[in-house]
Amino acid sequence: MEKVITRLKTFQELFHRDRRPGDLMFALAFLAFCIFLLWNLEGQAQWVKNTKLVAQPAFWPTVAVYGMGIFALLHLIGSLSSPRIPGRLKEISFWVRSLEYVAYFLIYVSIVPVIGYLLSSIVFALFLTFRLGYRRATAFGISTVFAVAVVLIFRAGLRVKIPAGQIYEYLPDAVRSFAMINL
Amino acid sequence: MDALLGGIQILLSWQVLVALLIGSIGGVIIGAIPGVGAAVAIAILLPATFSFEPIVGLTMLLGIYGSSMYGGSIPAILLNTPGTPVNALTTYDGYPMTKRGQAHRALSLAYSASFFGGVFAVICLIILAPVLAMIAPHFGSREIFLAALLGIILVILAHRGQIMAAGMMAFLGIFLNTVGLEPAKYTHRFTFGQNWLTGGVDLIVLVLGLFAISQALFLMVEKDEMPKAERVQGNMLGGFVELLGLKRVASVAGSFGVMMGTIPGVGEFTAQFLSYTYAQKTSKTPEAFGDGSPEGLVSSEAANNAVPAAAMIPLLALGIPGEALTAMMLSVFYVHNVIPGPQLFQGSMDFVMALYIAMLLLNIIVLVFLLFSTNLLLRITQIPTRYLGLMILLLSFVGVYSLRNSPVDCAMATGFGVFGLILKRLNLPIVPIILGVVLGGIMEVKLRSAMARVDSPIDFVNRPISAILVSLILIVLVQHVRALRFEHRQRRLKKQMEGDKPPKDEGVAPEGF
Repeated sequence: MEKVITRLKTFQELFHRDRRPGDLMFALAFLAFCIFLLWNLEGQAQWVKNTKLVAQPAFWPTVAVYGMGIFALLHLIGSLSSPRIPGRLKEISFWVRSLEYVAYFLIYVSIVPVIGYLLSSIVFALFLTFRLGYRRATAFGISTVFAVAVVLIFRAGLRVKIPAGQIYEYLPDAVRSFAMINL
Repeated sequence: MDALLGGIQILLSWQVLVALLIGSIGGVIIGAIPGVGAAVAIAILLPATFSFEPIVGLTMLLGIYGSSMYGGSIPAILLNTPGTPVNALTTYDGYPMTKRGQAHRALSLAYSASFFGGVFAVICLIILAPVLAMIAPHFGSREIFLAALLGIILVILAHRGQIMAAGMMAFLGIFLNTVGLEPAKYTHRFTFGQNWLTGGVDLIVLVLGLFAISQALFLMVEKDEMPKAERVQGNMLGGFVELLGLKRVASVAGSFGVMMGTIPGVGEFTAQFLSYTYAQKTSKTPEAFGDGSPEGLVSSEAANNAVPAAAMIPLLALGIPGEALTAMMLSVFYVHNVIPGPQLFQGSMDFVMALYIAMLLLNIIVLVFLLFSTNLLLRITQIPTRYLGLMILLLSFVGVYSLRNSPVDCAMATGFGVFGLILKRLNLPIVPIILGVVLGGIMEVKLRSAMARVDSPIDFVNRPISAILVSLILIVLVQHVRALRFEHRQRRLKKQMEGDKPPKDEGVAPEGF
């Protein structure tokens, strides 16, 4: 019995690692994701008749999903056998707080084709400046200059593909084509 | 010689020179700002470079890659905050020198060691180019598959203490590469009937999400920080004179940088670790390491700056990127239908030489820039971190949206951004995902074409290079298991000697897997 316990201890020691708060939650979620993929493997990747094993469409997804699953399981064992540092809820709330900025970013993405790249960038930069707690006039000034510079460098200078805003249609003839190409 | 002259001719175009200048100076500035780094900058600029000629786009990205570590040494030495992750070791000896009032000496030494490492690597590459051109054509499908497999194994094993996480992420990368329409049989893989998944996961979307957006979110949610540092005064050329006395350390560090940069999946950290250990073991004052040793500073900076040039070898000669930044550069080649690999070395040696010379020039540009602008860069490092997050998020939009004007791409990138943020918070590795995607794609294509000409498993290793690669894979795996067993035995012995008391850092320092 003592031998078995020693072996178990040795096995556990092999998996000891740096475990940050929230590590166990992540390890569980990742393993759940792997199980979900394994569950769907048969329906989502096909084995075709008269085709060599490595040329099968399902070959690499199978390798990848099984590989992910095995490593995820071992990672979970590592998490369970490593000393816990408290602060799980605080950590998860940090992850969730980032979603606020994701929402702002996606709103910015959706308004660019409507009000144009220049105006939406200025509004986005000014709003974020305010939201991040910078309330001085200089901060707002710098944000405006930065947004204008980004638009001019990338859209007017480097000609990256960003659609013109729908509101540009309502601009006077003299500036419409300039705005459509550069702003 | 013809290739060298051809390379110079390619570089003598104003577009290439401007791109090199912008990339080099931009890279130093970006490297000097803690929290940005070359990966974020390259991820953002990548789609913009697609409209350029391949050489113009690549020199700009190379400029950023090769010069960011120069800039990263400034906050590492003056603020004890590495500008880029690879400058972490620089803080060990650079910051103690600053505390002793030797900031000027430390910066000057770091610049000269970086310059030496960078130039040393390029000279090695130019000398080695004919040898590479001779070997590269012997790499067929099976050799490239095996080299990619070796790269995946090395990138997993290089994450000591996090091997399970690195394995998990590398396989996630391989999985992400398989999502979408399968290229040979046109069957759907893991699309769940959704049209937006048919095109698969774009590498740029993934890279921007994992590197740029995750960093922006990380900085904006964290508390604001604004580092402060004193001005530095004096002549920055003094370090070159001091470097002459440390030429042995610098040369060995440069050699480690070249060797480790050439091996896919290994990179700067291993090069630095090896050269730092060598320098300490052979030093007359090993006790000074970690407390402001000029030898330690030189070994760290010369090694990390030798890596970018060497990392171009597997990329150019085999089409296999060794780390995230060269993986991003690979997409510039693909967009322009230039396939890096043996054919590039056979047919376009002047193009390869142009890239090498560009790397040589970027070191000169950066050095000249740094000699006059250190104090200016010091002011840039003091941008509040949350505001920096805003800037990165605004720039990330250009990168993702300009690809296909697709809100779905943006949503996917933000999803990867949140995932990257979680990985960063948990100190789990991100790079294996990118390498998994790129090397997974290469392995799938190359294994399929290799197996068409292979009847039995023995045929797979009946060519000298494939046999060497298989042996290397086996040696790497066996050595790793042996090292694990040895370390485990050492720990147990230590425990027994300490009377079965658990070590103080148990569960925090990387150990075991």
